[in-house]
Amino acid sequence: MNVLPLYAQLINLFAAILLLLSFAMLAQRRVLSLIDLFAAQGLALAASTAIVAFGTGQHHLYWSAGLTLVLKVFLLPWILYRLIRQLDVKWDFERLINVPTTMLIGIVLVVFSFNLAVPISQLASTVTRSTLGIAMACVMLSFLMMITRRKAIPQVIGFLSMENGLFFAATSATYGMPMVVELGIALDVLVGVLILGVFFFQIREQFDSLDLKHLEKLKEGE
Amino acid sequence: MTATALLSQAVQLALALALAPLLVGWVNQCRAWLSNRSAPPLLLPYRTIRKLFMKDAVVASNASPLFRLTPYVVFGAMCCAAAIVPSLATDLPFALAADTIALVGLFALARVFIALAAMDIGTAFGSLGARREMFVGFLAEPALLMVLFTASLISGSTSLPSIVDTLAHRELAIYPSLAFAGVAFTMVSLAENARIPVDNPATHLELTMIHEAMVLEYSARHLALIEWASALKLFNYSCIGLALFFPFGIAQGSENWAAIALAVPVLVGKLALGGFLLALIETVSAKMRIFRAPEFLGTAFLLAVLAMLVHLLLGS
Repeated sequence: MNVLPLYAQLINLFAAILLLLSFAMLAQRRVLSLIDLFAAQGLALAASTAIVAFGTGQHHLYWSAGLTLVLKVFLLPWILYRLIRQLDVKWDFERLINVPTTMLIGIVLVVFSFNLAVPISQLASTVTRSTLGIAMACVMLSFLMMITRRKAIPQVIGFLSMENGLFFAATSATYGMPMVVELGIALDVLVGVLILGVFFFQIREQFDSLDLKHLEKLKEGE
Repeated sequence: MTATALLSQAVQLALALALAPLLVGWVNQCRAWLSNRSAPPLLLPYRTIRKLFMKDAVVASNASPLFRLTPYVVFGAMCCAAAIVPSLATDLPFALAADTIALVGLFALARVFIALAAMDIGTAFGSLGARREMFVGFLAEPALLMVLFTASLISGSTSLPSIVDTLAHRELAIYPSLAFAGVAFTMVSLAENARIPVDNPATHLELTMIHEAMVLEYSARHLALIEWASALKLFNYSCIGLALFFPFGIAQGSENWAAIALAVPVLVGKLALGGFLLALIETVSAKMRIFRAPEFLGTAFLLAVLAMLVHLLLGS
């Protein structure tokens, strides 16, 4: 068995940690722990990006690693924490499907995306190609999280974590996107969270709760 | 099979029997320190076992022979398991007889017998404990098997000594799959050994008991054997964990007595550290409701499956 260079092993390790954190977010009941997990996911992402940059000599990836670190580990969790404090929503939130079932669906999704990624990664020549399956699995799991959650804040965290997955997919398939695109996405995500924060207040003012099932009704008084 | 191999097998079994109560005492002591209580003596489990052996056994009048037989079966199963798990050396004549799947079967045999014995007397708490034990067991077993399969996939064999041989002498590489499997194994061991997130070994409230509720009716030598067997079970699980995830220091073959002699302090050191970590986990976590157990063990199963998938995808 040929042994990969150390940095490739580390990338694989961080990819596995990302997948693990995605599952942890899927299972997590409390909003505050969910934000901590999101920050941890950002940290793992930044670390793996920095290692890819170090291992392949792609220096622009250092910038995206730094950007990820600042944005996803410090800024976004801080904004979300502040939102939760202002909205005063620390309760255990309910979900549409129970945890073990969600986990089983998650495993099926992981198998699906691993299968999907195998032919793609055989064509790729990057050292990180085998992690593409994990990146796709992270995106799928974030989708699942958004679908199974009923409250607004977990859905937004699911959306952000999906962005993490996409970013990781870009790093593992093509050593990252051009700097302009990355900056644009980072700004989009930041502005998106700010706007969604305003939305939260509007939703709560209208319905006295952040449960999105209220938004399914189109008319009042039904 | 040589005489030296048999001798190393005997040494290992004797060491397991001798060290198992010490491990329990050490974990209890660490737990007491961590929760700021004055600690019970380290040798208390030995004294308890001796005290219990000297007492006269009392058996319920409606007990069937199964009830008397069970402590011996459970103790025997745990001794067999201790003979299979490589803790000191990898050249074990007994291990040829059973691989990891049979090992899981041995644990299952002990569980079935102890659950039957608990139901045999017909007390409410006994059958309550037995049902809960089987409930936890049927969830923990597939996860344990998945963990062992992951290790088998990496080393290409289901026999524990050859898994340890392969893992201990590979080139040093990071195995994310083994890390996942390690976390899953920790969770399964907590559940199987009636430790805190699933069961509380020190509880006096019958309604929350799982393992303790099953052995309420036992006394004297029967109870001593059961206590010793559960200490052995903890020891066995620790040794499986060490063998799979930290196999360094286990002697190759049985000829090299210096290596085996060196393996003893290494094993004791690893067990002391493991016992401390166990006590730490137990101190920082709270006991779950019994119906949270499927979630806990489902997560363990998930992690074990993920370990296998990650191994297949990343090849590491």
